Amino acid sequence: MSYLEQNIRTVPTGLSKMLYFNWPIALLLTAVAATGFLMLYSVAGGDMDRWAEPQIIRFVMGFGLMTFMAFIPISFWREISGIAYVVGIGLLLAVPYLGVSRGGAQRWLDLGFITLQPSELMKIGVVMALAFYYDWLDEKRVSRLFWVLLPIVLILLPTFMVLQQPDLGTALLILIGGAVVMFVAGVSWWYFAAAILSVTLLVSAVFYTKGTDMQLLKDYQYKRIETFIDPSSDPLGSGYHITQSKIALGSGGMTGRGFMQGTQQRLNFLPEKHTDFIFTTLGEEFGFVGGVTLLVLYSLILLFCFASALTNRDRFGALLTIGVGATFFFYFAVNMSMVMGLAPVVGVPLPLVSYGGSAMLVLMVAFGLVQSAHIHRPR
Amino acid sequence: MRRPQKPGRLRQLLTRRAVLLAGAQLGVITVLGVQMRRIAVEQNQSFRLLAEENRVNIRLIPPVRGLIFDRVGEPIAYNEPNYKIEMVREQAGDPEAVLRKLATIVPITEEDIAEALETMRARRAFVPVTVAQDLDWAHIAAVSANAPALPGVNPELGHYRIYPQGQNFAHILGYVGPVSDYDLRQTDDDDPLLLIPRFQIGKNGVEKRIERPLRGKAGVKRIEVNSIGRVMRTLGREEPQTGAEVQLTVDHRLQRFTLDRLGDQSASVVVMDVRNGDVLTLASAPSFDPNKFVRGISVPDWKALNENKYKPMLNKAVTGTYPPGSTFKMITALAALEGGFVTPRTSFRCGGFLEVKDRRFHCWSRGGHGRVSLKKSLKESCDVYYYEVAQEVGIENISAMARRFGLGVAHDLSLPAVRSGLAPTKAWKAQARDADWVVGDTLNAAIGQGFVLASPLQLAVMTARMATGTSISPRLVNAIDNRPQPVRGREPIDVDPENLGLIRDAMFAVVNERGGTAGASRLRTRGAEMSGKTGTSQVRYITREERERGVFRNEDLPWERRDHALFVAFAPADNPRYAISVVVEHGGGGSRAAAPIARDVMDEVLRLSPTMNYQAPRQKISSRQSGGGSAG
Repeated sequence: MSYLEQNIRTVPTGLSKMLYFNWPIALLLTAVAATGFLMLYSVAGGDMDRWAEPQIIRFVMGFGLMTFMAFIPISFWREISGIAYVVGIGLLLAVPYLGVSRGGAQRWLDLGFITLQPSELMKIGVVMALAFYYDWLDEKRVSRLFWVLLPIVLILLPTFMVLQQPDLGTALLILIGGAVVMFVAGVSWWYFAAAILSVTLLVSAVFYTKGTDMQLLKDYQYKRIETFIDPSSDPLGSGYHITQSKIALGSGGMTGRGFMQGTQQRLNFLPEKHTDFIFTTLGEEFGFVGGVTLLVLYSLILLFCFASALTNRDRFGALLTIGVGATFFFYFAVNMSMVMGLAPVVGVPLPLVSYGGSAMLVLMVAFGLVQSAHIHRPR
Repeated sequence: MRRPQKPGRLRQLLTRRAVLLAGAQLGVITVLGVQMRRIAVEQNQSFRLLAEENRVNIRLIPPVRGLIFDRVGEPIAYNEPNYKIEMVREQAGDPEAVLRKLATIVPITEEDIAEALETMRARRAFVPVTVAQDLDWAHIAAVSANAPALPGVNPELGHYRIYPQGQNFAHILGYVGPVSDYDLRQTDDDDPLLLIPRFQIGKNGVEKRIERPLRGKAGVKRIEVNSIGRVMRTLGREEPQTGAEVQLTVDHRLQRFTLDRLGDQSASVVVMDVRNGDVLTLASAPSFDPNKFVRGISVPDWKALNENKYKPMLNKAVTGTYPPGSTFKMITALAALEGGFVTPRTSFRCGGFLEVKDRRFHCWSRGGHGRVSLKKSLKESCDVYYYEVAQEVGIENISAMARRFGLGVAHDLSLPAVRSGLAPTKAWKAQARDADWVVGDTLNAAIGQGFVLASPLQLAVMTARMATGTSISPRLVNAIDNRPQPVRGREPIDVDPENLGLIRDAMFAVVNERGGTAGASRLRTRGAEMSGKTGTSQVRYITREERERGVFRNEDLPWERRDHALFVAFAPADNPRYAISVVVEHGGGGSRAAAPIARDVMDEVLRLSPTMNYQAPRQKISSRQSGGGSAG
């Protein structure tokens, strides 16, 4: 339900669409991004030029992009869902041939004006495609085996392609984003139960056969899995990140050391302090209060997404909004769990706060779709 | 626009699932919040501490190693300042230009410059690199005066260990050297100083055994660093504690005299004060210059030391063990007297050999000694007497007596590799050789051959115990930081003093009566006599064929197969104060090769005796003891 005008039965047109914007989401996104600017400024040691300024420019561009997308009717986005998915797959295919390597992984396509990460785009692509699929699918077929296997293929195809790059974090987000849409679309519990069961069986099979003649993986692969699960077994590798990040977070206390007063970040104990581990700076400088504030901002964004989706009688729009919200949720949940030592280290940025162009633009595009669905919802 | 969705089953399902999803997400968010609270609030104290440690780095300031003096206060190990110049690349701007400027003040060559530049390029920009060392104080002063023109250049103070007595104390002191990975694996010492690259630790001798007190305690400099270790600023400083001052019991004059006397023979001498166990001399020849080791010994020097057949690196006085030969006869004699197997009047006939179980055991005198009593058996060193006696006494009694006199037991001297020798028993042979003890073993042991082994130190201890009747133990360290080290073993040995008197009389006769085996080595010191015992120990088995051919003159044999020459003595004979043992490896007969050395050394001991009292260390060392050293 629109909080501005509840009685308008017609879909708004022209500039008046601004009035029907989901302003809470837009403002919350801005607030989160602003937190990011502060942190990037602090991490650079009081230097705007280094990370904060480029980040601000990107956010402004992203905000413009979101507005632009919001103005385009959701029906258009629905029609191009399939195309978007196919183009996304095509870009992913192109990466091994045309992509540029950075830090040992090949994920980027250089389009001249921007280096694009097709795997990021694919997060939206999968959600759009699945939302479209379930909007189109007949009610009675939702839980039929064939009609369940089809979206599974749609999800797994890009997931495995991204895993090849390799980019475990993004692959995980694609998988979960798609799964959430299927779940909300009403696919029977049994399929989810079966999926969880088979994954559990596979994992236990892998571990139970370890050391026997039938072991499924090579020894070094087990070793890698062990370090992944328990970073402290490799204190100079990923264990170092976790220890240092917990030290920084823990030294913040209730209210933190104060803005620009963090010692751990300034003295460079944490690598990737401005990207994946930026939450530690927030924790160190603003303490528990700062961390929880950010968590609340994120939760409010989710809340407004759910509110928008549940009041949207357009099935595509509702599924898309929930899918985007869920992807957003998994972004920050995985990042924070990793930084606080609850999950293994996977390269997932803190959404809108971590320094980085691709992820931010893609998120703004995703929220552009959410806005469009919100503005153009049937009344 | 598409048709608005009919509120149907799917619509309800979507709402229900969305709410479930939201609930699950809320759950995860709650967990995140709780974890955040746990880390930031509940564990705040410990993490804050860790953060502090992260930020504040502690740099160790190495302490100055403790000095070592002899008993009269002569420094025998000290430190010489090593003025050096360090350079930090990132502070220097143009390192090469600065080095060229430096070269005008300080003697550094083109090669030094090239090497320094090379090293600096290889290290991180903020790591100090030594560009010159072994400088004079004047150079340092000049560099300090020109500091503004020499950015990144810092004078630093290090230390070299110096052993002014050179080879005379090589075996006693050992030497220091940079700590190695091997050292770190060997020790359970967790002193962080050991982790400083090239930190000097004792590698041998007293330097090794008294390492901890000598090392001192590290000072610390608390500095703020960033994650790559660059120093941001110094927060505080705690001065290091110089190592303990160690005073040995050895007299450097006597030590020098003894080593000079031994010359290039492969021999060792131990002189002890019988009243308190002070080791006055512990000489092992040939020796080596420990100073060479401190600065890193050259490969040819190292090879020469290792390949020398006289084994200069070995401290033969404590590590070398030899069959004591006839010097062991006092033990057998005492065991016989104490057990009541013989009296001073008991005598046996020596015909040059004794046949036991169809085997001939020869006396060194082929013609035999005729009738031999206890006194004559020691004075003329008759072997047959002991063959006869040993069959009665048995090996267990003999070895038990040997252990009471310090043979076959390890003495706790502040040196590494102090060997315990061997006083054999039947049980020992059963275990070590997996063979039964036979009577021939007893006969050989009775004259100090066969399985019996003793080090020169043990022989000196044995003689000191014979001279005093107490179980005195040797000591090498008199005081550590003015804390006197205890004298051990003043309590009397449970042996009939009368029997000991008989032994001492016989030892007196060995040197001072006609026919004694050491008659040629009476002391030259007026009014003083020495009591002693010669020993000649075989290192080979003389075959019957050789014996018949008469080829067992030592001079005809290669060095390695000649007999060891031994001599033990105490003086003055009437009021014992000093005990001595001499072992000349493959020197031939004890009376000819060992006794004269003992005589000369003992004369010197008596000459120096009035001036051998302990004196406070003489602090004439030029070394600046200020701890203003480098931070490593």
